[in-house]
Amino acid sequence: MTITVNGEKTSHEVEDRTLLVHHLRDVVGLTATNIGCDTSTCGSCTVLVNGESVKSCTVLAAQVDGDEVETLEGLAGDGGEMDAVQNAFQQKHALQCGFCTPGMVMAATSLLRENPDPTEEQVRMALKGNLCRCTGYHNIVQAILSAAEGIR
Amino acid sequence: MIPARFVYRRAGTAEEALSLLAEHGDDAKVIAGGHSLLPLMKLRLSVPEFLVDIGRVPDLSYIRGEDDHIAIGALTRYHDLEHSDLLAEELPLLANASGKVGDPQVRHRGTIGGSIAHGDSASDVPAVVLALDGVLVVSGPSGVREIPSGEFFRGPFETALEPDELLTEIRLPRPASPAWSFQKLTSRAIDWAIVAVVVQGESVALVNMGSTPLRATAVERALADGAAIPDAAAQAAEGTSPFADRNAGPDYRRHLARVLTRRALEEAATRAG
Amino acid sequence: MSILGTRVVRTEDPRLLTAGAIYLEDLRLPELQGAAYATFVRSPMAHARITEIDVSAALAEPGVVAVLTARDLDDIPDQSGAAGAEPLLAVDVVRFAGEPVAIVLTEESYQGEDAAELVSVDYEELPAVIGVQQGLSDETLLFPGSDSNVVGKGGAESFDDAAFAGCEVVVERTIVNQRVAAAPLEVRAAAARWAEDRLTLWVSTQNVHGVRDQTAGRLGLDPGAVRVVAPDVGGGFGAKIGADRETIVVGWAARRLGRPVRWVETRNENLMGMSHGRAQRHTVTIGGSRDGRVAAYRLDIVQDCGAYIRLGTMLPNLTMLMAGGVYDLPRIETAYRAVLTNTTPIGAYRGAGRPEATAAIERAMDLFAAEIGMDPTEVRRVNFVAPDKFPFTTKTGATYDTGEYAKALDTVLEAAGYEELRAEQRRRRERGDPLQLGIGVSTYVEITGGGPEAGETARLSVHDDGTVTVWTGSSPHGQGHATAWAMLVQDELGIPMDRVTVRHGDTDVLKEGVGTFGSRSLQLGGTAVHNAAVEVKERARELAADEMEADPADLVLDVESGTWTVRGVPGQGVSWARLAERAGPDGLSADTKFATNQATFPFGAHVAVVEVDLETGRPRLVRHVTVDDAGPVLNPILAEGQRHGGIAQGAAQALYEEVAYDEYGNPVTATLMDYTFITAAELPSFELVAMETPTSANPLGVKGIGEAGTIGSTPAVQSAVVDALAHLGIRHIDMPATPERVWTAINEARTAQ
Repeated sequence: MTITVNGEKTSHEVEDRTLLVHHLRDVVGLTATNIGCDTSTCGSCTVLVNGESVKSCTVLAAQVDGDEVETLEGLAGDGGEMDAVQNAFQQKHALQCGFCTPGMVMAATSLLRENPDPTEEQVRMALKGNLCRCTGYHNIVQAILSAAEGIR
Repeated sequence: MIPARFVYRRAGTAEEALSLLAEHGDDAKVIAGGHSLLPLMKLRLSVPEFLVDIGRVPDLSYIRGEDDHIAIGALTRYHDLEHSDLLAEELPLLANASGKVGDPQVRHRGTIGGSIAHGDSASDVPAVVLALDGVLVVSGPSGVREIPSGEFFRGPFETALEPDELLTEIRLPRPASPAWSFQKLTSRAIDWAIVAVVVQGESVALVNMGSTPLRATAVERALADGAAIPDAAAQAAEGTSPFADRNAGPDYRRHLARVLTRRALEEAATRAG
Repeated sequence: MSILGTRVVRTEDPRLLTAGAIYLEDLRLPELQGAAYATFVRSPMAHARITEIDVSAALAEPGVVAVLTARDLDDIPDQSGAAGAEPLLAVDVVRFAGEPVAIVLTEESYQGEDAAELVSVDYEELPAVIGVQQGLSDETLLFPGSDSNVVGKGGAESFDDAAFAGCEVVVERTIVNQRVAAAPLEVRAAAARWAEDRLTLWVSTQNVHGVRDQTAGRLGLDPGAVRVVAPDVGGGFGAKIGADRETIVVGWAARRLGRPVRWVETRNENLMGMSHGRAQRHTVTIGGSRDGRVAAYRLDIVQDCGAYIRLGTMLPNLTMLMAGGVYDLPRIETAYRAVLTNTTPIGAYRGAGRPEATAAIERAMDLFAAEIGMDPTEVRRVNFVAPDKFPFTTKTGATYDTGEYAKALDTVLEAAGYEELRAEQRRRRERGDPLQLGIGVSTYVEITGGGPEAGETARLSVHDDGTVTVWTGSSPHGQGHATAWAMLVQDELGIPMDRVTVRHGDTDVLKEGVGTFGSRSLQLGGTAVHNAAVEVKERARELAADEMEADPADLVLDVESGTWTVRGVPGQGVSWARLAERAGPDGLSADTKFATNQATFPFGAHVAVVEVDLETGRPRLVRHVTVDDAGPVLNPILAEGQRHGGIAQGAAQALYEEVAYDEYGNPVTATLMDYTFITAAELPSFELVAMETPTSANPLGVKGIGEAGTIGSTPAVQSAVVDALAHLGIRHIDMPATPERVWTAINEARTAQ
């Protein structure tokens, strides 16, 4: 199968049952995307497929053959400078242990591409598929609102 | 957690999908978005030997206005339903209900056809289709047949769809009335409905009040007989057989059906002006 | 100006936000090349005798290296026997669903689940003991050689009803502090490698040293033969303290196989195998006079231990110690029984014994207030320990260091607009609004960072390039130590924090340490770092005096520029780099251990506002306002982050989360589809008010903040739900206040009226 990951084309043979998240982590070698629940509940494994957030633990690698995939590793600039969402996450202290963070950042990225001017309520509803045990979500919501303002 | 081994084939066309299904029969499952099937496979509650991926079959994702109905391709995703201008204009009920399914990630993958074919009585969209008297267009080895939604949902995770058939289109009659409402009670926003109620015009359908989506026929009759909303809504639990789970027992579900039906009818009436 | 107390963003974050952290599953170390993957075979039964284990089919699967059971553990000391003692793999009997029975080792990770399914275990079902009532009945014993399922008892031998004899009003109620799951986003994981008779264990843990000592103990090794390393850890919340049985088995299996082994559990396994928290049943009795004064309080605790003793006999002791809360109560009686049941063992979870104490006394105060018809805030005010009584020794033997309880309450009530909230509540009641408002108030005190074993270590070295490395015995997993400890160094030494590297989590580098749990890090670990900096500074003063040929007493450290100068002598001064060079090969270093028996007692007050839909019973938290006083705040953004997370977890227990079993002991909340973890959509933004009352227990004057949010918020949110329904005569609803449970309470109240 061939997928474009963070702008680079990759081709690999995969077992039919390989989940996208395992393909990204174990074959492509990008380990920022985490597995938190197995049941497409927690959103830790969120990546973008063709620009939209999906839970990569509930997608077969084979299903995205030919697609564009973006992970956390692809967001920063060439010099490593963080993008608006990443930067807002740091400024607003929107992460603690960091485990939900890659999925949270990708979910936020997808949201802001679809809705650049969300209300707090819209941000909260858009995050309901991304669980965080550390932050109580408060600063994550603040960071996304602040990133939206920055992008606008 | 990973699924048991299976053989995966991506179907390039609906015909190819049908011939794969014909070949593998009961051992095969159709996968589109995969958000109903893959979680079950990972828990090994579903162990198909063969997966037919119809996700890339062309021309099955569309929302089209036809003469007397709106035609929706089976591969149309919740996300597309939620954001469709046509639906916002002509069938806001479906756009609204679709926007309350799961979370954004699920709505980016999950399809209307997948949800209907899965036949889960806790799903919202099947009840919407039922309330609208939708028709399900199914392709099989012997051609195309149209199944009224009233005959489609047969039991828990059981539909009129045969293992060698493919749901291709959902036809929803254009509603005559601007009165609609979708009332869904969940504990958390992400949860499946404990109970949900769909109202379109004089039609009322219930989510999670039995082993299939149900029409609240007693309510509909009462409304037709001119009953006031509270009196009609009081009959919402008649003929239902709600089950008990961790969220709710049958009594609570019956109660919710009545409360949510009243609220839905009131909201619909407000919308109708 | 000191950097302490300022809002410094975390230095940890750029790596976590661009490349992602390196959690255990992400490790790609050469030492772990060729590792076998471990998958545990777990009991599907709550209580059963194992009659046969047939591994032949599994062994025939592709890639299966070995399948090992308790029988194979013959090369390590047998520790089975005592009632409540947890074996490494189940021996003859399984006592909870999810208990590990065998370990399957495969070449590739995907092969493990397939092979584990083929391990055939014959079980002969035994009656399952579920819930403390069944446990206490002793009809079925988990350990038939013992005479009771009660494995721990403490406090009063018997209660004295005379305590309540003179009271005008006595209220008694049994309340449940339900079982919940810590559910860190990263599940449990470990990797092991043996080389030259030493075991290296990589573990997702809150305390590497504890894991080292426990692993060595169980495997019969000298602690020096075990090295434990923690990579980045994706949350712990108490449930990653110590070495779980699976971790030890992974270490053992690596020796048995002669190759590295790695293990990551699934969420399903996590929700069955990782220690659960809380699980106490309380009977509270509170008595006093109609003017609001409480004369006596009794707390009778039954702790559900689960199937084995992890912390089930320790936690209720903390609950008893903190039973009296923020109140000056003339008489307190406490007692506990800890009972085994066929469920997942109980361990620490955010607050660990203290939230239970607070929930009990705060509910009791509300019940008492309702009975005498007094505002719940008034009853609290009447009974607070007065500010002039500190240090205050409670009837349960705790000595509170400092507290300003009335001030905390007044501050939070003002911030919340308490009077206006009550007015709004009245308006809604008068107009019969289906959406009723509830206002819940809690005041709390808790205990952090003390006791005979308390302490923490640090090593600080200034290098000859002017940079600093700090090794801490703490074991952060999200708390922000790398930022906070660097701030402490900058404040003391004037070396900018971007030149300070904080390291932790390797028992070979820092041989002694304790870890991060119980809200202890800053007051113990931070103080150890601070003290190390002070020591280094004094050593530097001597070196600088030598260098500049001056009297040490005349040397001044300019913390703005990070240079030493002689008082009154203008000039460039001497840099840290120069002093480190001068210090020679051993460098400019200090090793410290800060230990104290003196615990600290953070306190605060919370106001929760909920709306309850009277028709559906559904509650919704709409505001949460808090004062959490943990002394001077080192970095407000970190402290606020701890409070936010804590509030959410407390609200989650009050409204949504509960680990449940059916009557046969089958877990019914073993996935995150069923365990209703709180999400962003259920929570409002929080309103935090600052208050800082220092302690003298450590030189920084600080107390712990990690668990305060949870301790304060749980009873506030629960109380708010009850308060919304108070006009119906409802006095109590057990947690979690699910829509159905609330609706049932409303129904019952209406029927009774």
